[in-house]
Amino acid sequence: MGAIYIMWLRELKRYVRSRAQIIVSLGQPALYLLALGYGFGPVFAKAGAGSYLQFMAPGVMGMTVLFTSVFSGMAMLWDRQFGFLRETLVAPVPRLHIVLGRTLGGATVAIIQGILILIVCLIAGFRPHLWGAVPASFIFLVMIAIVFAAMGASIGSVIQDMQGFQFLMNFLVMPIFFLSGALYPLKNLPRVLGWITHADPLTYGIDGLRGILIGSWQFSFTLDVAILIALAAALLCVSAWLFSRIQL
Amino acid sequence: MIRVENLTKTFDQFTAVKDISFQVDTGEIFAFLGPNGAGKTTTIKMLTTLLRPTSGHIQLDGFDPWVKQREARQRFGIVFQDPSLDGEQTAYENMELHGILYHVPHRVRVERIEQLLRQFELWERRDDYVKTFSGGMKRRLEIARGFLHTPKILFLDEPTLGLDPQSRNQLWTHVKALNEAEKTTVFLTTHYMDEADRVAYRIAIMDHGAIVAVGTSAELKARTSTDSLEGAFLALTGTSLRDESATSTDAMRRFAQMWQRR
Repeated sequence: MGAIYIMWLRELKRYVRSRAQIIVSLGQPALYLLALGYGFGPVFAKAGAGSYLQFMAPGVMGMTVLFTSVFSGMAMLWDRQFGFLRETLVAPVPRLHIVLGRTLGGATVAIIQGILILIVCLIAGFRPHLWGAVPASFIFLVMIAIVFAAMGASIGSVIQDMQGFQFLMNFLVMPIFFLSGALYPLKNLPRVLGWITHADPLTYGIDGLRGILIGSWQFSFTLDVAILIALAAALLCVSAWLFSRIQL
Repeated sequence: MIRVENLTKTFDQFTAVKDISFQVDTGEIFAFLGPNGAGKTTTIKMLTTLLRPTSGHIQLDGFDPWVKQREARQRFGIVFQDPSLDGEQTAYENMELHGILYHVPHRVRVERIEQLLRQFELWERRDDYVKTFSGGMKRRLEIARGFLHTPKILFLDEPTLGLDPQSRNQLWTHVKALNEAEKTTVFLTTHYMDEADRVAYRIAIMDHGAIVAVGTSAELKARTSTDSLEGAFLALTGTSLRDESATSTDAMRRFAQMWQRR
């Protein structure tokens, strides 16, 4: 247990100590929120779909959690390069504990970032349909964070250089974001695109956030939670397995 | 304490370590000398559970490091060729993290961290981030950390690479003192003949993945009828240059160095 705790604590310390990075990592979602939220607002309203800012705020929260948690997992690449990874690989504790501590630490940081972006959304004019729904939405922040921190840790255990990182950024993380319904409704899409969005894990996280915060569901609470929990469990196992296989 | 029999490691077509056997006794300081690419680091990786041997047997204090990983890991400390500290944490936090990973009880941990940091002259800087440390200080911290959980064996993979003579001298003084005080077996690799000559009880000379000679410095000199260890080394390994092809590890190392210098 000590190993899980100390690895979790390390992630948190790194986060709290890099204040500049906190600001920077909030900048991108804030830009999406302001530029797209206000920019597409009139078109969206004209199409009779209501307020775009209301619609996309949960999407931007999901995006923040997605990026923060995937990056935390991929930070293993830095530890590989700076050597700290080896210190944890030769430690006399199960590697499962090491990777679990890292993943939970990364997820915690992502949840904090998600909450900060929620505050930014509220300042920008976003209003949940029930104030009581705000704490309930944290359920989905937590699940999105764990799913993608575990995905990041799996990737981080496998890739060894920056090219691999760039590749996965462009061909995995960005599509997960763009095809998740974070920015547009998933109704009446071309058929193939529809299938892809249904295969995207983030779709269910965004749907849960949006359902709870503004009361508009594409699927249902039960389905979203079931899929996310199953994915979290599966990805935690995959990351533990891949991490335990690392040889240097 | 360390017993290796017929150890071999093959990567695809290339054999990095060829059928080597040796033994290191309890409390001994044992040095691996060899030109670049001789297989020293590969051997250390297999001894320290980071790499699975292709064939052969290893025993560390009676445990096979690949089968009984946790038992073996608890028994050794290692200082890698590249730094393995967390630059974003302080010296004390790095020690504390290590202590927790190695199950050192709280009270012992606090005492021993202070004792080791004082001994390695880092106590005054305990609350500074490791990224602000010089190369020599980082090395000292890593060695202090390696001793924290009172390992039976300490592996040092080229611990003095890139250090000035003062730091090197000081480092070996500390290592020798702890070897005597705690009876820690020390297994080291180095390029520097004078170091091996000075600290090691016995020396194994490795070349092209095989051990070409083992013995005390005096024995090696006598065997090759040379008057210095360097002479003996050259007589045993030849004078041709070893051009290691640059691996991804080298590229990574350069990259890491570039980023760590601020």
